[in-house]
Formats: sequence, C-alpha cells, structure tokens
Amino acid sequence: MGSLRMHKALVGQGKRPAMVPHTLSEAFPSHPTDASAVGFALSRLPCTNAPILWVQDRLSRKEAGRPALAGMPTDRPVIMVDLSRAADVLWAMEDGLRCRSLGAVIGEIWGDPPSLDFTATKRLAMRAEAADVPCWLIRRAASPDLSAARDRWRIASLPSAPHPHDAQAPGAPRWTLDLFRSRRAKPGQWMATYDRAADRVDLTDAAGDRTLDPREGAAGRRAAG
Amino acid sequence: MRERQGDAPPDDVPVVLAREGQHGPVIHAANRTARIEGILPGSRVVDMRAICPELQVAYADVAGDHAALDRLVLWARRWCPWTVRDGNDGIILDTTGADHLWGGEAAMLIEMETQLSLLGLTARLAVAPTWGAAWALARFGPVRAICGPDEAYFKLGPLPVAGLRLDNSTLLLLRRLGLKTIGAVMDVPRLSLTRRFVKAGLQANPLMRLDQAMGKQAEPVSSVDAKPVIRVQARLPEPIFDPTPYLPDLCEDLCEQLKQAGQGCRRLHLTVYKTDGDVSHVDVATAAPTRDPAHLHSLFRDKVERINPGFGFDLITLAAGAVEEMQDKQICLDGGSDDDLHLTRLIDRLSAKFGPHAVTRPVLRQSHVPERAEAQIAALAAHPDKGAVMTKERPLRLLDHPEEVRVLYAVPEGPPAQFIWRRQTHRVARYAGPERIAPEWWKDRPGTRLRDYFKVEDQTGQRLWLYREGLHEDGRGGNPRWFVHGLFA
Repeated sequence: MGSLRMHKALVGQGKRPAMVPHTLSEAFPSHPTDASAVGFALSRLPCTNAPILWVQDRLSRKEAGRPALAGMPTDRPVIMVDLSRAADVLWAMEDGLRCRSLGAVIGEIWGDPPSLDFTATKRLAMRAEAADVPCWLIRRAASPDLSAARDRWRIASLPSAPHPHDAQAPGAPRWTLDLFRSRRAKPGQWMATYDRAADRVDLTDAAGDRTLDPREGAAGRRAAG
Repeated sequence: MRERQGDAPPDDVPVVLAREGQHGPVIHAANRTARIEGILPGSRVVDMRAICPELQVAYADVAGDHAALDRLVLWARRWCPWTVRDGNDGIILDTTGADHLWGGEAAMLIEMETQLSLLGLTARLAVAPTWGAAWALARFGPVRAICGPDEAYFKLGPLPVAGLRLDNSTLLLLRRLGLKTIGAVMDVPRLSLTRRFVKAGLQANPLMRLDQAMGKQAEPVSSVDAKPVIRVQARLPEPIFDPTPYLPDLCEDLCEQLKQAGQGCRRLHLTVYKTDGDVSHVDVATAAPTRDPAHLHSLFRDKVERINPGFGFDLITLAAGAVEEMQDKQICLDGGSDDDLHLTRLIDRLSAKFGPHAVTRPVLRQSHVPERAEAQIAALAAHPDKGAVMTKERPLRLLDHPEEVRVLYAVPEGPPAQFIWRRQTHRVARYAGPERIAPEWWKDRPGTRLRDYFKVEDQTGQRLWLYREGLHEDGRGGNPRWFVHGLFA
C-alpha cells in the first residue's frame, strides 16, 4: 500500500501531546470472538506502569475469554473485576475513574443492556475527562446505538502481514479500523498493522494513496455518528 | 503454673496429640494414661503405636494453643496486675502484694484452680519467690506448693534437675555426672560449676539457672499490655429499622479513637441488637489500614440494606478489628494526592460491593501449561515470584475452558484444514506451529495427554490458538481431539 501516514486522532500514540485529555472510547469488534479490538485498545494506552482496571461481565468472559497476561504487549499490572451484570460493570468503571492513579479503565459489556444508555456513557466520558484516565468500552454483539463516547471504533481482523521468515505462518496482525464517530477528529477508515515488538500501530489509508485532504491539519470537525 | 487443654477424653484411654515432624508425625503431648504406658513427647507416632496399639491420635493445633494461652494471660489479670506467658504451657503471675486480696496465698491458689477448672482447664499451681522456683515446684513439686521467702533451698532440694529449665543435652550430662536432684547440684562447689559451664548459655548453664531459682540473679516479669478495644455504640431511645443515619457519627467517633491511639483498622464490625434479643452483623474489610471516616462509611453503602431489622433495634455498635499501627505520611512536599491510597480505596470499594473474590490480580507463574501460567491473587497482595519469561507468542485472550472443535478436513501434518467452532466453519489459511507442551507429571494425573499448539489464521483473518490433545496411538485414549484455547489480536 502507500505511505504510512498518521491520522490526527492517532498522532503520537503513547506520547500524546498534553493538550488532548484522555476520554471514553468505544470499540465494536466485528465478531464477538475477535480480539483485535482489545489489541487496538491496549496499543492506544499511554506507556506508563500504572495498573489497568479491567472489568468484565459474565457473558464477555464466557464467550470471548479473559485477558491473558502472557499475551499482553507490556507487563503492567492488571486488576481484574469479574461481574455478572452490565449495571455492575458500569458502576465499577465509574468508580475506577475516580482514581487518578490508574493507567486505564477497560470495560467489556456484552450486547445492548438497558443500563448502558446515553446517560451512562455520558457519565463515563465526563468522569474519564475529569480524571484524565483513558477509558475503553469494548462492546461485543452490540449495536452502535446512541452513546456519548467521544471516539467510536468498528474494528475487525484482516489477514495478517506476511511473516518475514515463514511463508506459511501468520505475521504481524492487521486490522481494519473504522472511526465512525468522533468528537475530536475526522472520522475515517484505515488499515492498521500492529508491530508487536515495538507496541506500535502503523496505519495505511484503507483506500490507498490519494492526494492530501486540504482540510487535513485544520481544526477537527465534529462528525455525526 | 501449668495448664493443659482438656477436651475431656476418658482418662483411661491413652490419647496423644501429634504434630508434623521431619519423618512423619511426632507426639506433641500425651495424657496421663499414655505417659504411664511409656509414651514420650517428641517420639514418632508410628513407634508409639507399636508400644501401645490402642493409642488414640489427634492433631495438635499449636498456633491455636498459643493464641489461647495469650488470651488466658490477659484473663489471669483478675488476680494480679502483671502476668506473662511462660514457654508454651505456662503462665507466670507476679502476685507480690496481691495475695492478701484473696485471703492469703493458699486461698488464692484454690481460687485460681477453681476458676481455671470452670474453664475446663487442668492447672498445677505453685507460689514461690522466684520464677525459676515456681516453675520447678509447679511441675515437680507437691499440689499447690507454697514456698516462703527463705524456704527455696529446702523446697527445691528434693526436686529432679529437670526442674532447672535446662535443655536436654545438659540434663543428660548432669545425669551422667550423678547429679539427680537440684539439691545435689546445690551441694557441688560453686567454683567447679563455674569452671565446667563457663561458656554455656543460659539454657545449658545449671549454675545460672540455679541462681535464678534461688533469687541470686534477677528475672523480672515483663508484662504485656492488652490491646485496647476500639468500639463505639449508639443507644437509641426507641427501636429503629435503618441504621444509616447513625453511621456517619459512629464512623467519626471510631476514627477519632483510632487517631488518638495512632492506629488504623482493616476490618469493621457493625452489630445491631434487636428488640427481640436477636443480633445481626455486617462486616466490611479494607485492603490497607485506614481511619478515614468518609471512606469507612462508604464501605457500608449497600451492606446495611442486608440487615433484617425484625421489630427494630435499639443498640448499634461499631467495632474496629485487625487494628494496626498507622502513621500519617506526607508523600510529597506540595501536598499532592497520594496515588497508592486512592488505589487501595478503590479496591476496598469494589471488594466491599462485589465481594473479595470478584476483584483479583492475575500474576504470571512458572509453568508452561497455559491455564497454570497465570494465578489469581488478591488485588493488593505481594507478588510472590516472577513468572517465566515467555519467548513464544501467547494469545491476548484465553478461554476459561478450551472448547472442542469438530474437524471437517484433517491433514496428516499441522492443524486441520477445516473445522467447525461454535457452529461456524473456519478454513485454515495459514498456521504457525506446532509448539509442544508436555503435561506436568508432578501435577497432572497419569494419562494426561500432551498438547501441540498451533496459531492458525482462518479465511477472514481471525487468529486462533488451537491445540491437539495427544498423538495417534500414544496409548492414552482414542484419536486426538482438537480444542480452541485462545484468541490472538
């Protein structure tokens, strides 16, 4: 594909400029058993040693497994909270976002429970921005209904990059990223290659090389989702 | 004074308590019948069974006995202000100036024996001017022996040398020297004893022990202080059904008490006493000692609803448990917030609401079997050891239980070309592997099959961690089966 180009929304991942506060992002995996959304969320977290609060509901754990420490890109401590109801997951996430010493809060909610409405996501988003802690909501088997999440992603796995030494083996994972609604940046679609050794996501525009958008670099516009 | 715990087995049955020794269980203590049969503490249980086939063996609770004796030390403060535990089976009471309150020393000993027997304890008591003399008289002297200030020489003389609190090798040495009683040791010239035991420590030095027993060498009783009970209560004029309005004040008062004592608590016990005589408890725990009233109050947020008020209650008590020393620390000079404190409070709140088992922290362990490579420990527990460094790629998600797949199209080498998992057909486009993980024979049952792990990528790009359990004709079951165990990013 073409040249690697960072989108504004993704510039300086890990070492983000101090201006942009952390906020609530939602990720919708294309398939419940697709771990690409988790991988992408982890790759976007700031590089610190602060612990991650990871809250799962019962169905997410049962259907999509639990996060495995051995497979995580960095060895930062994880505090797992295993709950059964979505309302409890939201409560625990909101409570966790009161604690500024956490590195991130990641919640996994299955389906579209009635407790996960616009108000609940708005509370999470405002708490995350007040505490400046990144918060990710990973929603499996869910429909992207009304939500106050500042960034909303649809993420799916793609066939991986060729392995440098073995043609038979899958290489670096590739994902399609679809930022379909964003408060701070222009929505768009990319193809991402994840470099596991460097914990870095390289982006390629999904449509290949094009001329640079003249509005690129201007203030982010608000897009409807 | 000496006490033994009596669970009241019949006196004519030989009963022993056992503890784990280096080569199997050894006798910890024996009752009177067993000792008459020739059973010695410290010998092995199997040997003693050979001597006495009808021996009954129960396991000793050494730590429990220890704690019970510590409580008994405080309980014995009713007779005198200074008490201290003596070894594993004794209590020393400094009754100087206290005996006349009980009508003299003899009456005091009878009173003590009565009270201890009401607790179900057998006690052997003695009064003596020194710790060492009391120790010897209680164990080897007559019943309720009383030794006056100048009688130690005559009272101790006929007792065996074992009454000098010496270790076994020294006792053996004294027996070989022909010194069988304390009086015989007393008659040996002092110079000879000094020369013989010049380098021996206190446990092995009969002269120093003798001086302690005779009062020539001081051995003061250093009494321990009882921990103050930190508890507040609210007596209500009439029965109520909801303790919530009283909780903030109770927490404030409790934390004020804790602050004055310089302590913090890790447990809180809320007890309500109902009008019909019933009692309900609510307990909460914290991950680190605290004395912050707002935080303690928040832990009760959803718990008080679980109290069944019945016809109402008129007394609420709040007691602090697991009290620890706690210092106020200033973390940074500019007065910034304490990050660790916030994290422990968050874990407290989550554990109080969802239960301590819901909040865990996974840590790596030294194992190659994926489900054993990770352990769940309490969220703030210390990390015991560092796990193995993984050189192979591991999946980002791990299923709790590996799920069997139905193989549609098997190939002789590598993973199946097509399989059905969760009612969806996956066609393997690329794969890496196998990585063979053998069963851990020191943990697994015999017959556990080895696993060959493959990282496979299907036609849509989904990457799974697939394994084959066993090999063809490995003698551990039929054809090998295939399982999905994890998901790669």
